[in-house]
Amino acid sequence: MSFAELDPSLQPALSTRRSYLGWLMGLCVAGVGAALSVPIIRYSLYPLSAKTTETKWSDAGPASDFTSLSAPVQREITVEAIDGWTKTASNKVVYVTKNPAGQLELLSAVCPHLGCSVQWVDSQHKFACPCHGATYSPDGTKLGGPAPRGMDSLESRVQNGRLMVRYQSFRQLVPTKEVIG
Amino acid sequence: MSTSSQTRPPRATRRGGLFRWFDRRTGINAVLHEALDEPIPGGARFAYVFGSALLFIFISQVITGVCLALYYVPSAGDAHTTVAYIVKVVTAGSFLRSIHAYGSSAMVILLLLHVTQTFLYGSYKGRRELLWLSGCGLFVLVLCMAFTGYLLPWDEKAYFATAVGTNIASEVPVIGSWLKALMRGGDNMGTLTISRFFVAHVLVIPAAIFGFIALHVYLFRKAGSAGPIDEDPYVPAQPPEPFYPKQVIIDAIFALVIIGVLALLAKNIPFDLGPKADPADTHYIPRPEWYYIPIFEWLKYWPGSLSFIGIVVIPGILAFLFASLPFIDRRMERRPWKRPVAVGCYVFVFLALFGLGYQSYAGDHSDPAVAKQIAAQEKAMDDYMRQPFQPELAAGGAATATASADPLVAKGSQIFRAHACNACHGNGGVGTPAAPKLTGLHQKLSPDQLTALFNSPSAQMTAGGMPPVRLPPDDMKALVAYVESL
Repeated sequence: MSFAELDPSLQPALSTRRSYLGWLMGLCVAGVGAALSVPIIRYSLYPLSAKTTETKWSDAGPASDFTSLSAPVQREITVEAIDGWTKTASNKVVYVTKNPAGQLELLSAVCPHLGCSVQWVDSQHKFACPCHGATYSPDGTKLGGPAPRGMDSLESRVQNGRLMVRYQSFRQLVPTKEVIG
Repeated sequence: MSTSSQTRPPRATRRGGLFRWFDRRTGINAVLHEALDEPIPGGARFAYVFGSALLFIFISQVITGVCLALYYVPSAGDAHTTVAYIVKVVTAGSFLRSIHAYGSSAMVILLLLHVTQTFLYGSYKGRRELLWLSGCGLFVLVLCMAFTGYLLPWDEKAYFATAVGTNIASEVPVIGSWLKALMRGGDNMGTLTISRFFVAHVLVIPAAIFGFIALHVYLFRKAGSAGPIDEDPYVPAQPPEPFYPKQVIIDAIFALVIIGVLALLAKNIPFDLGPKADPADTHYIPRPEWYYIPIFEWLKYWPGSLSFIGIVVIPGILAFLFASLPFIDRRMERRPWKRPVAVGCYVFVFLALFGLGYQSYAGDHSDPAVAKQIAAQEKAMDDYMRQPFQPELAAGGAATATASADPLVAKGSQIFRAHACNACHGNGGVGTPAAPKLTGLHQKLSPDQLTALFNSPSAQMTAGGMPPVRLPPDDMKALVAYVESL
């Protein structure tokens, strides 16, 4: 049995009061619920607002090493990538060279043809890919062979006297540079 | 109470068309009527809030728990890192984890208040035996939730408290060691322990709690609200008041107070995370969460062969007496001052628990060595909380990459694997529950210091199972170079 059955005459007045109260309480519950869901939404949407996967800048050595560069030099860099709460580190080979304007430029050693490691041939003063014979000038411009484009330059900057590079991978077999991963 | 909707026009007829449309398809009006018009003999009281407060906090635990599972990984290698990631990196992560962790304490407090209210009001009397038993089931399940959840961060206090907790299970006669191995997923604590506790904590026990809550609420509505202490538990005589609106408002205000207190605590005193569990640390003094402290202290009084009585027999008898209370206490008298024996026993058990808790606290603070170690543990926890998040090195990462760069390091890497150093210290020296990580050692130890430690390990290392390393000088040099490169 319910309360209303005990005294049915009370019902209409009670109902109005109760429905007004109901709206008021619903409003309060909605307000408090909205406030409480703010941290939950921010927490769940964290990967949208922050970079949870990123490649860090790698150190290619002191910038002073490259001030009088006559030919491209090879450097092994450690590339750290953050993936959520894990960090991966891998070693990659890059070339430090100079562009025609005389500024330092970093080239990925990955051949844009099929991904072999391009080597510097000092006697011929050019880059040559040992796999399919693509050749590149000291600043990475394509000279000959099957490669669709020149060697890929990497973003670099000098920071606190160190040459920093942001390593990226690029799609092979296409005439334009496209970042992958 | 269900006939009223047939004897008078349904309330929906006085409402909008949309509600009527919805009601005809769902019967929502009857459900609302059933839920909200529950008669409370004698009217709404603050004393009745604890049941619905428990339901509220349980829902809060479910929501925050689902949030935590979004970034958590249950394995010995990853659990601590992912919790640190939640606490130190993810937006509002520390806040939600604190709400969840403090929420477990809130749940135990509310549970005790709910039981105390039910006991003092004699609300278990009058065909309410099954209602009481289902409540006892919920009591045990909530304590199991607290126990299983405590391990999941896999920090020092979690690890050692659970090591002690699972050891207690081995005191059970005949099946003790079997039970311990079942809980741990083997003889030792490890990654299987975490996955077992995780499954219990997020799948098995919550499912059981949902079921028991449904049963508990159903049995409660079947028996009806018992009302004030001078009310007859079978046939209430006092004029009833419906659950809605007054009791609902009181319950809602109380829920608001609880979540407000939890939010303030979470905001101002974030629940701490200690350094990763280091099983080799023989100095660590484990202390369980506060609500297990009295039992923890109790076990100290039952050494050796007597421990079976202290751990199994006495708590078992107490639990049995507690569960069978409505079968033993058959009188319909509800006023506590007319039930001196029952109330006396209850108060005695409570005081005993408080006394044991105080005894533990006093014991920890009177022994200077213990007090010093506990202070050091708390400091280590604070220090760890202040450090920035260190991402975990994924397998096949820098360690192996650098190893190939330097021939000496590469040789050292081979020796590391050939001598099975990685069996305990992990591949790439990332550490396992069996032994600490070796990464970053070059910041603390010079090659010479490391060589000296390899030749004659410290007492702490020996205690952790680290043997002295016997190698020809060149191999030793390579191994040191490799370890320093990690």
